[in-house]
Amino acid sequence: MSVVTIAYAALFYVATAVLVVGLALKIRSYLRTPAPLKIPTTPAPTTTSGVALRLTREVVFFESLFKASKWTWLFGWLFHAALLLVLLRHVRYFQEPVWAPIVFVQFFGTYAGFAMVAGLAGLWARRFLVDRVRYISTPSDHLHLALLLAIGLTGLGMRFVAHTDIVAVKAFMLGLMRLDLQPLPADPVLLLHLALVALLMLVFPISKLLHAPGLFFSPTRNQADTSREARHVAAWAAALDKK
Amino acid sequence: MATAAFETPKLKPYPVIPLVQVGAMAHSKPYVASPKIQEAVGFPGELTEGWEQRAVAKMGELLGKYRSLRVYMDACVHCGACSDKCHYYIGTGDPKNMPVARQDLMRGVYRRYFTFAGKHFPKLVGAVDMTKDVLDDWWSYYNQCSECRRCSVFCPYGIDTAEVTMAAREIMDSVGLGQKYANEIIGKVHRIGNNLGIPGPALEDTLLGLEEDTKEETGLDVRFPLDEAGAEVLLVTPSADFFSEPHVESLIGYAKVFHAAGIKWTLSSKASEAGNFGLFIGNYEQMRNISLRVKEAAQELGVKRIVVGECGHAWRVAYSFWNTLIGPFDWLDPRYPVPQHICEFTYDLIQQGALKFDKEKNDDRIITFHDSCNVARASRMGSMPGGQFVIPREIIKAVANRFHDMAPGTTHEATFCCGGGGGLLTDDLLELRVKGALPRMEALNNVVQQHGVNFMATICAICKAQFSKVLPYYGFDMSMVGGVHQLVSKAIRLGEPH
Repeated sequence: MSVVTIAYAALFYVATAVLVVGLALKIRSYLRTPAPLKIPTTPAPTTTSGVALRLTREVVFFESLFKASKWTWLFGWLFHAALLLVLLRHVRYFQEPVWAPIVFVQFFGTYAGFAMVAGLAGLWARRFLVDRVRYISTPSDHLHLALLLAIGLTGLGMRFVAHTDIVAVKAFMLGLMRLDLQPLPADPVLLLHLALVALLMLVFPISKLLHAPGLFFSPTRNQADTSREARHVAAWAAALDKK
Repeated sequence: MATAAFETPKLKPYPVIPLVQVGAMAHSKPYVASPKIQEAVGFPGELTEGWEQRAVAKMGELLGKYRSLRVYMDACVHCGACSDKCHYYIGTGDPKNMPVARQDLMRGVYRRYFTFAGKHFPKLVGAVDMTKDVLDDWWSYYNQCSECRRCSVFCPYGIDTAEVTMAAREIMDSVGLGQKYANEIIGKVHRIGNNLGIPGPALEDTLLGLEEDTKEETGLDVRFPLDEAGAEVLLVTPSADFFSEPHVESLIGYAKVFHAAGIKWTLSSKASEAGNFGLFIGNYEQMRNISLRVKEAAQELGVKRIVVGECGHAWRVAYSFWNTLIGPFDWLDPRYPVPQHICEFTYDLIQQGALKFDKEKNDDRIITFHDSCNVARASRMGSMPGGQFVIPREIIKAVANRFHDMAPGTTHEATFCCGGGGGLLTDDLLELRVKGALPRMEALNNVVQQHGVNFMATICAICKAQFSKVLPYYGFDMSMVGGVHQLVSKAIRLGEPH
């Protein structure tokens, strides 16, 4: 077993653990922090199913962003939708046999790679071209985009320019999942691609990538407008009533 | 002079997003509350040694108490969706008035003390220590947010800068740095019963004077009762309605509606204020204590319903928070919502056919409606989402013939704040208030040009006071602004004088 294989196996175990445990801890902290007042941005739905619909529109269509800025919406939605297809396409490297829906998505996932890169490029361009967005951009904002773009470009490179030994890669991934290490091809583009993905997993729970779970816990979006009908007292606030 | 000379922005025919002008409003700061004012409302008198640690500890406490703050500190991706949405950014071009940058003033400190990345790689993620320079920035820019929530409409994660501003003000108060205007008023509301500091006897005199004036106008005995036990309705209204123009015109309107409907009502000297400045400073206990006065007054007077007058932030606290803060209201008449907005009250009566109007009495007015931010984005009226937009407009259309809405994108949930909300309605912030009114003034100017609009109705005491002050800066007459019930007052039919 080569050093590279062992190192990458270790990297992916650690990255997966950090991603899962880190996100779980974050979500637990969101769950444990009470929302002591009703603060939905109104007009807001008055029922739970209405709230579910509102959140679905936010997650699927980026409704609020669409209202805010058509360019950011276009690039942002393009990137996220393409990323979803690309991720679905990659599921085939983690299962044998491959589910029919994953087989179906291969074609779309392959070309979505270009849309993903285009979306990222658009988002990044805004950070240079729009003076307001330039002002608020931090080094970490640029690095996140660079990271995602590099992952996309190395992926496209392996698919369209210099093929890697994908059968061996799949064997390595399946081996990781079965705790039975298989050799990883020492292809530099592949190693870069995988290292960047692991880095993305590592930074997820400690970075702005937390916007993904954050949306579901945002009181302005996930609360129903029932202030007059139902009380909404947090434990620490209830203590004031007892004084 | 409270403010140095400044230039009023020019009105343009269409909205223009200004280019970033770093530091354009860095000089804008409100007066600091004296130790006496601070201590009267339970805060330390002034900044003392070790405030930095206490501020960070307070931030930790708030992060544990408010999910909004915790999630909003993490979730922002700096996408810029909010960057051109704040009226203070549009009016000043100061980049720290972009909601994202305003939040980042706190996010930097949050990252430094509460996140892995900020503890170990501060430069990379913009994490900063809690220092006097940072506090100075907080003081300036968290007092340039009117907590109007316009940014929260457009944020893909619903991040509400108002929540961040409130937390920042709470942290600053907790280490002894309070805003004079807001904290002085909170002291008054506890000591005297209302924000203007009008004592009971003066209030009684005023109301008697209003009864005489209304008698002169209508020939009828329209009553303005104070502290009358056994009334059906307690009306809680901003104290500006008692003394300020144009506010008092709406108070006369409420009285006429009660008169015409034959419903016994009363004001309370104890709760002679609907406004709740506890909201502005983000202090839950203050907000609760100020609300409790209303509950006590209502129980002492034995009323069956509570109705709230035209006041934006007051309505937010009443509609969205009262039930939580001082509920349940099972001791009031269950047939009516608690609390009920005066517009809901009047609208219901109109629907029942209980009120009659001579609409042509308002024909000298070509009217538009300014949605007040906290009514629009932080509350509701009626049973349908969006009732807060429909009901006031329906009332206006019931009492007047000539109405034109301002452009979409400047009304309803996208409405612009008047520029004076959230505890900023003080002359030491006049430059900010004038500049922050720019987007509303442009939208108003367009309907003035197109339709000859000469009256902007609104349902908020702060909006009324703010517009009275800033309209002249833009070349408009200050009497262009008034209340919805001011229009009701003019047109309502009260029967024959006897």
